[in-house]
Amino acid sequence: MQTATRPEKRSYDAIVIGGGHNGLVCAAYLARGGRRVAVLERRHVLGGAAVTEEVYPGFKFSVLSYVVSLFRPHIIRELDLARHGMELIPLECSFLPLPNGDSLARWSDPHRTRREVERFSKRDAETLPEFGLAMGQLARVAKRFIDQPAPDPTSLDPRELWRILRLGRSVQGLDADLQYLNHKLMSMSAVDFLEMWFESRTLMAPMSVSGIIGTFLGVHSPGSAYVLLHHYMGEIDGAFRSWGFSKGGTGGVSLACARAARSHGAELVTECEVERVLVRDGRARGVVLADGDAFEAKVVVSGCDPHRTFLGLVGEEHLEDDFLTQIRRYKLRGSSGKVNLALDRFPDFSCRPGDGPHVRGDVAIAPSLEYLERAFDDAKYGSFSRQPYLNVVIPSLVDPSVAPPGKHVMSIFAQYAPYFISEGPEHWPEQREAFGDAVIDTLAEYCPTLKDSILHRQVLTPWDLEQEYGLTEGNIFHGELSLEQLLFLRPAAGWARYRTPVRNLWMCAAGTHPGGGVMGAPGELAAKALLRSREV
Amino acid sequence: MPIPTPFHPRTSALCSSLAWKDWAGYHAVRSYDTSHDREYFAIRHAAGLIDVTPLFKYEVRGRDAGAFLARVMVRDVRRLEVGQVTYLCWCDDEGKVIDDGTVSRLDEDHYRVTAVEPNWAWFQRYARGYEFELEDSTARIAALSVQGPNSRAILAEVAGPEIADLPFFRTSRATIDGSSLWISRTGYTGDLGYEIWADAGDALTVWDRVMAAGRPWGIEPAGLDAMDVTRVEAGFIMNGVDYWSAHHCPIEARKSTPYELGLGWTVQLGRGDFVGQATLVEEWARGPRRKLVGLELDWDEYEALFAAHDLPPEVTSGAWRSAVPVYARRGRQVGKATSGAWSPILKRNLALADVESSCGALGSRLKFEVTVEYVRKTVTATVVGRPFFDPERKRA
Repeated sequence: MQTATRPEKRSYDAIVIGGGHNGLVCAAYLARGGRRVAVLERRHVLGGAAVTEEVYPGFKFSVLSYVVSLFRPHIIRELDLARHGMELIPLECSFLPLPNGDSLARWSDPHRTRREVERFSKRDAETLPEFGLAMGQLARVAKRFIDQPAPDPTSLDPRELWRILRLGRSVQGLDADLQYLNHKLMSMSAVDFLEMWFESRTLMAPMSVSGIIGTFLGVHSPGSAYVLLHHYMGEIDGAFRSWGFSKGGTGGVSLACARAARSHGAELVTECEVERVLVRDGRARGVVLADGDAFEAKVVVSGCDPHRTFLGLVGEEHLEDDFLTQIRRYKLRGSSGKVNLALDRFPDFSCRPGDGPHVRGDVAIAPSLEYLERAFDDAKYGSFSRQPYLNVVIPSLVDPSVAPPGKHVMSIFAQYAPYFISEGPEHWPEQREAFGDAVIDTLAEYCPTLKDSILHRQVLTPWDLEQEYGLTEGNIFHGELSLEQLLFLRPAAGWARYRTPVRNLWMCAAGTHPGGGVMGAPGELAAKALLRSREV
Repeated sequence: MPIPTPFHPRTSALCSSLAWKDWAGYHAVRSYDTSHDREYFAIRHAAGLIDVTPLFKYEVRGRDAGAFLARVMVRDVRRLEVGQVTYLCWCDDEGKVIDDGTVSRLDEDHYRVTAVEPNWAWFQRYARGYEFELEDSTARIAALSVQGPNSRAILAEVAGPEIADLPFFRTSRATIDGSSLWISRTGYTGDLGYEIWADAGDALTVWDRVMAAGRPWGIEPAGLDAMDVTRVEAGFIMNGVDYWSAHHCPIEARKSTPYELGLGWTVQLGRGDFVGQATLVEEWARGPRRKLVGLELDWDEYEALFAAHDLPPEVTSGAWRSAVPVYARRGRQVGKATSGAWSPILKRNLALADVESSCGALGSRLKFEVTVEYVRKTVTATVVGRPFFDPERKRA
């Protein structure tokens, strides 16, 4: 996509800092509302963490985010993203290779899944649909919360009280058992929660990891169950629990949002680094670029995480101490990295060779709960996991447009890779290749031909996520999805409605409600709140 | 991806239509020909041979096998004699139906349960304190249904003349070509019929023997489409079509009690504790809010609707199972018809419907929605007794 590297005008109704998918969604809604909008992206490519880059000639990597499902269906409709090129291809299977040569595949076909799980526990095999039904019901409740701004329980505004009452009723209306379950989900660990249904630890291992992705928690840590639900809310075409690849890589989602924004007249500018938000008399007036040039705007919308926004772009001198304290305490502490590979040929998993449907979804290296807990142990004491949890996808198997014929791209999400290693995060570059080796060695135990097939490897540590992609402390969600940082507490108590203590400065990304994931919801909700505010 | 049943080498060779469906994770023939007519008439006039292996089968063995089943089922199976079979359902703690099926008492301490869905884990929940073993024999036992007026003669030929004396809803050990197996006088067609329960390894021997002996008697392999018409004629309900297992219902309103499904006759309330008993006692006293009834559509009205468009009356070939609204006076919707079929043998247009109890008395006249030339109309539907088709030979 061709983009300018310089804003055309000197002043705008709104300047969005950061061309990630949320910034683009926000800009699209604002432009659709008739506002003059510019999106300023520091990098040469739009998408932020939802980006496709041709890192090695002919191979298109979903460099960071690699699957899509939380993207809000109503945003697709309202911004007409399908027309703008958004295409999602559902994942068929979740595959778990095991060190003893066995494996477990979970399919969209319930009977096939039952037969697979039966080999580990007959009881669990038959309980799985019941669990799916319960999670689906909880996800439906959660959906009511993520599709609108977080309710503010301290507000005395009658409209707000009415909204809380309505949300409360929607929870009260639930079956009592489901309400209890909801409370348990909010407080339990992923493993404890899963143990209410299941007995097979082999089955629970790959299920529990949904509770730790992007979070500095172990599968036994209280609070991890909620993240499990966050991953269960995936929805494609109205069907819960379905994940998909974006055609052409995850950047395809961002590009569709960008085209939608541009179709409404938004200006998209790349290689344009904002150094700071121009604040005068407690009001945001515009932005100052790295080269010193300044642009005015009625409102400035930050698509960056809360740390980068307030401690970086705004500057502490413009903020009150109470607020600053909250922002400093806001937990980012990234815990994961990525390894992207260009492969000369498909590397067989020795337990189930071939490039059949079992590898056309996601592949988890999570052979046991002990394995996952040990992986967390390494991280707790300040080093990356020697044997990390891996989530592997090979999108070229279902989307040949991302690699030359017969060749493949492999995306490996690896956890734990804590931002705060004991040597200090700035020492990550020295450990980058060792981390990459640990990931490849771990996977090669299951894919013996992997190492011989690698044409190119890209290793991204949390430090790289921060330095190159602007994710503070390498947190993929712009802040952990733990209960104390969700809803009306995200990113700070009293500031969960996309406004900030700096007048005319707004937030629109994953550090606001409802949080991380290629979801688009923060961008949409921020834009809608802004349009109602009459500030722009 | 479904897997083949032990009869697959035979059924796949015969299935010229390539019309298959997924039945509980198995490949199952819908119809061997493009149309199921020949198979239907074989069942009603000669004999049909249906692979019913995908039914879930459980062996319950041991000292407390009967006591355990009496606890989880709505009826006390300990009252069955050895060799007797019964049809029943089972419920969750709230008295909502989970599944329906048969229980056969094969021996003093050995029962066999058939079910539509996996129930092993559900049964296990109540196993504590009982001394018995629960085996899922679904894959181990190949099940073949021989249904129709000539089924008795065919089975007498393959399994010995004494099988002809097997009474309705009884089961007995038998031998076919050296294979030891069970034969029960049961089925899902409402006709004279038998089901053969053999070791999976003997499946092809049994199939070949029954087909060979059946040929002079007009036997035809039959698929699920033909069986579906016969089960509607028999007035039998189907889990997943006419009701939803409580396990799959996201909302309470979709669950059903045995009384609502017309299965009240299978419930034995006045006995020891069983799962769902407390709520079923209450419901029995209060009466169910809804009722599953048989409907017969008024043919003259139906024909007139089409005649108004210069069209002959159209009836769907085979059974339908997409729910249709049912109305009472002044267009108030009182329920839905969940499945139905034109009965070629009765020459009646039949449906099973779930309606408010107040509308479910025999002889009640309701309105059934039909779409004629893309316009929605209604015809009168009268509540009639089930089974619609009940030949004497079934029990004789």
